[in-house]
Amino acid sequence: MTLAIERIDTGTGSKTAASQEVRRRRRTERPSWEEPPTLAGEAAKGITLGGVLLIMLVPLWIIVVTSLSTQAAVNRAGGLVIWPDGLTLEAYKVMLADSTVRTALLVSLGITAVGTLVSMVVSVLCAYGLSRSRSLGHRFILMLLIITMFVNGGLIPTFLVVTGLGGYGQWWALILPSAVSVFNILILRAFYSSTSLDLIEAARIDGAGDWRILWSIVLPTSRAVTAVMALFYGVGYWNSFFNVMLYMPTDSEKWPLQYVLLTYVNRGNGMPGSVNSGFGSQFAQTAPLSLQMAVVVLTLVPLLVVYPFVQKHFRTGVLTGAIKG
Amino acid sequence: MTLPAVVLLVVFNYVPLFGLATAFQEYDPLAGVWESTWAGLYQFERLLSDSLFWGALKNTLYLSFVQLVLFFPVPIALALLLNSVLSERIRNFIQSVVYLPHFFSWVLAITIFQQMLGGAGAVNHFLRSNDIGTWDVMTNPDTFALLVTSQVIWKEAGWGIIVFLAALAAINTDLYEAAAADGAGRWRRLWHITLPGLRSVIVLMLVLRLGNALTVGFEQFLIQRNAVGHDTAEVLDTFSFYYGIATGDYSYGAAAGLFKSVISLLLIWGANKLAHAFGEDGLYRK
Repeated sequence: MTLAIERIDTGTGSKTAASQEVRRRRRTERPSWEEPPTLAGEAAKGITLGGVLLIMLVPLWIIVVTSLSTQAAVNRAGGLVIWPDGLTLEAYKVMLADSTVRTALLVSLGITAVGTLVSMVVSVLCAYGLSRSRSLGHRFILMLLIITMFVNGGLIPTFLVVTGLGGYGQWWALILPSAVSVFNILILRAFYSSTSLDLIEAARIDGAGDWRILWSIVLPTSRAVTAVMALFYGVGYWNSFFNVMLYMPTDSEKWPLQYVLLTYVNRGNGMPGSVNSGFGSQFAQTAPLSLQMAVVVLTLVPLLVVYPFVQKHFRTGVLTGAIKG
Repeated sequence: MTLPAVVLLVVFNYVPLFGLATAFQEYDPLAGVWESTWAGLYQFERLLSDSLFWGALKNTLYLSFVQLVLFFPVPIALALLLNSVLSERIRNFIQSVVYLPHFFSWVLAITIFQQMLGGAGAVNHFLRSNDIGTWDVMTNPDTFALLVTSQVIWKEAGWGIIVFLAALAAINTDLYEAAAADGAGRWRRLWHITLPGLRSVIVLMLVLRLGNALTVGFEQFLIQRNAVGHDTAEVLDTFSFYYGIATGDYSYGAAAGLFKSVISLLLIWGANKLAHAFGEDGLYRK
């Protein structure tokens, strides 16, 4: 039995024949045998793709503009502001002065940083161990991993185990249960088993141990896939809110940003705890729209900061693997 | 080196498997799994006679079907369209934009939908100011299936094209040239070369979709369940959560979860058999 994921094309990053062939075939100009495009066809294509872009970008634009608008501008527009009409950073100042949002931001950043680190260390070690096919019990461990992709206890037994271990209200309950993605391990493994085999052999002959090989050869030669995996894990931690709902639903001091966004903006509730924060009744009720949109933007910003750096590594190879499972 | 990962998986994946025993119990949190009284198939009998459970199952299957029909073809069409764009620059730009929402959380995506389409959202504001009346899709149970499917399309269709773009790039261009020389037009080439080239990927994605027919998304429904009501928005996963954890009836929720897992395994197996019957690899080879 071979899983689809074990057939991943690891063309990315490595200079395999396949990837070069793909690059060669990428067309940048119309080949001579192709019939010239019709005007109507080109127009339809342009309109469709333009429409797709607008559907993606316009909502983000409106949200950013509204978050930067003055209260007067929001009132004039009667809601969301589409064209800038009196801009101010007031909403951001008020938001960052509020202790609930500040705490939530720190919690989110902390969980994301620690979680991503834990996940990456565990996954890289496991993937490297599994990529050395002569290692002890390698086939058995691989099966052990793959089985969890198809069979798991489900929500309630997992919840009972975590709470049984005393995880209720603990930070580790937000990180450890979902720290390992077998899927990501299999992708990393596929890369590690195909890249720089000659180098590894040479290093081994020179007397380098596994740790040394992993640190000085495997990791440096697989930067692209490492970056993409870290992004996947990081985004997972940054976006998670359901585990908060499970393990710390009432403890608003420990809420990450996503949960604040859900309570405060999506459900339109007041901010718990903000009555005592010195910013008074304004937060106890539904917040002004610009402030709500500022919270939305705050959850977006880290993503938009990291995305361009990692996005260039999304070549088809990494992502083919990522999608297949 | 594999030890940390194996330990985590054993604790958080294999131990809960034994926790499935609670589905056959009258689980008492104070007594724990070992001391709780056994109830045999009682929880499953309760499930089968619970109209709320059947409602959740029906909603899940319906939503799954709507997603299959409306969502599944979108990434394929988008990938074909994008692949036909010649300029590398434009192609890269469009790709970066359409991948982006995949990285948004459901909280964020639904907040964005609410702000755009909700009762106080941008679209309704426009309608109101032009005296057309309002159209609140966010709380309307009748259009809920279309709403959640359009959310999935907005968030995931862009990401979904990657796998098809990879398959498109792997098709040998000589085939197109030879076909063109033989007089095959644009559409004939699409039909006889491009689509057969995508066939195995399409089958694989279809197998995955069918195997996951009972999984339509969890957080998306959890967040929106209260706005539309549980009659329309309850799916199997939210059912386990609301009737298992939120009410403390753990055994009942675990039974619902187990029911779903068993059927899902059968579905994956069946879908894969189907793929083999069509001469494709599917999710795993024989």
